[in-house]
Amino acid sequence: MPDVTELTLHSAAAALARKDLSSVELCQALLDRCAAVDERVGAFLHLNREAALADARASDDRRATGQIHGPHDGVPIAVKDNLAVAGEPCGCASGILDGYTSPYDATVIAKLRSAGLVLMGRTNMDEFAMGSSTENSSKRVTANPWDLARVPGGSSGGSTAAVSSGSALAALGSDTGGSIRQPAGFCGVVGLKPSYGRVSRYGLVAYASSLDQIGPLTRDVRDSAILLQLISGRDPQDSTSLSEPVVDYAAALGQRDISTLRVGLPKEYFDVEGLSSDVRHAVEAAAKQFEELGAELVDVSLPHTEYAIATYYIIATAEASANLARFDGIRYGFRDMDAEEDGLLEVYRQSRAKGFGTEVKRRIILGTYVLSSGYYDAYYLRAQKVRTLIRNDFLNAFRSCDVVLAPSAPDIAWKRGEMTSPLQMYLADIYTISANLAGICGMTVPCGLSSEGMPIGLQVLAPVLGETTMLQAAYAYEQACGGAWCPPEL
Amino acid sequence: MSDRPDLQHVDVRYVAGLARIALTAEEQREFQGQLDDILDYVGKLTELDVTGIDPTAHAVPMANILRDDVARPSMDRDHMVQNAPASVDDAYVRVPAVIGEEH
Repeated sequence: MPDVTELTLHSAAAALARKDLSSVELCQALLDRCAAVDERVGAFLHLNREAALADARASDDRRATGQIHGPHDGVPIAVKDNLAVAGEPCGCASGILDGYTSPYDATVIAKLRSAGLVLMGRTNMDEFAMGSSTENSSKRVTANPWDLARVPGGSSGGSTAAVSSGSALAALGSDTGGSIRQPAGFCGVVGLKPSYGRVSRYGLVAYASSLDQIGPLTRDVRDSAILLQLISGRDPQDSTSLSEPVVDYAAALGQRDISTLRVGLPKEYFDVEGLSSDVRHAVEAAAKQFEELGAELVDVSLPHTEYAIATYYIIATAEASANLARFDGIRYGFRDMDAEEDGLLEVYRQSRAKGFGTEVKRRIILGTYVLSSGYYDAYYLRAQKVRTLIRNDFLNAFRSCDVVLAPSAPDIAWKRGEMTSPLQMYLADIYTISANLAGICGMTVPCGLSSEGMPIGLQVLAPVLGETTMLQAAYAYEQACGGAWCPPEL
Repeated sequence: MSDRPDLQHVDVRYVAGLARIALTAEEQREFQGQLDDILDYVGKLTELDVTGIDPTAHAVPMANILRDDVARPSMDRDHMVQNAPASVDDAYVRVPAVIGEEH
């Protein structure tokens, strides 16, 4: 049996190609690893034991007859609980979707299936992707594999913890304000948010439609490139998906002469209140590493950084209040049957009261308020104008640099239960939120450990459709740091 | 209206009603303080002069995108009805009566 904690998606694919390993063996080893650690880690909400093994067997059969669907045929992957997989539950870790199963595959799922990947299960998350710690799941607690008393980050905390703890080689998450990049930093893995529109959102349960993107969580940059290529592209089912051709990102990884790379350091990012000295030093050391590789370090300015969180929490909650209006107890999921005798309005009110968790209610109410009559111009319209200023900040910065470096969060993963005020938690999203507002791409790669032995994440940000350059920069850094995936001890 | 909204107070009970969410007295108290704090914080956007700035609704500008007007198969009806919390004859979504109620 292979040691699945050491494998990556590409090394597993190579082992399958050499026939050192079968897809069934790989899948079984991951399910065994999950059985050994997931009671403590809590990454998964739903495991497809039988279906995954059956799909793995089918992949092995294809391989035996030379019929594989591509180099990654037979490699298992986990997906976040907000992605539709036909016939599977899709609960967004919420009570309001209890009993619901998806009637169709999300486009990203259909793409992975057609490449022969095996879907091994669904991962925990903050309810409807609203949160930064996965503590807002209504289903279970997810722990950080590096320190079980700490949070994995969020909202894609289950996907991230599955990859970090060895139960999955790779996973899909979604990122609306940092929900891939922040947990990746907290758990020492690689997480990528594509440019808005690079990946179809069809089949992703909408939180904030103008900000949401699906992306990979992986153990190294190469896997991130591979998965991005597999899931990207124009989709007639999502009119916001972009038609620009998809690049062979993995083939491009080593193709950049780093001495031509200009690396921007935004001065505002190092003045953030709450930036820990360990994180600051790790990111400064990463910048130094780029300089040693021959890159030019450039000081840039993102002057509206301090307005990003306020802008985000107006726009995201406004969009959420509209998107989540569909969960009304009528068409899918949970209904408070006791309320039926009191009429339709009470069915709505009680089903939503009992089906949604606290943070979701808080955001729906905030979003409803900022859109309500008399406040729309003052909050929502103003926030959309500030969004323009934030987007212009990046357009200006990227005139003098190719990528921007940033921490993925001001500090390491906090202890479970430690963050008690919602506003305090929102403020910790400062480094990730702007990329969603501006529509640019961003990814997190591990950049060392804190004095407590917790992972620190380095963010590499690039312009809209700058994924190739971003991945090349992240890859060069990863290789310079030794390049080896380093699993936590569990 | 004034450019600076009233940041003193959000009527949580009223807004929860608009959002069709019943709140317990305890939730209402908790949210009242938290939402006032959050609105106080987002009030910092009023520091900025946004005169003449166009709003951004989508980060990547795009025009209307139309598809061909051709019939396509819809999703499986049985599956859709199964997903509803209550159904009649496995064929219809059951909803509380909306006719004949007093309003």
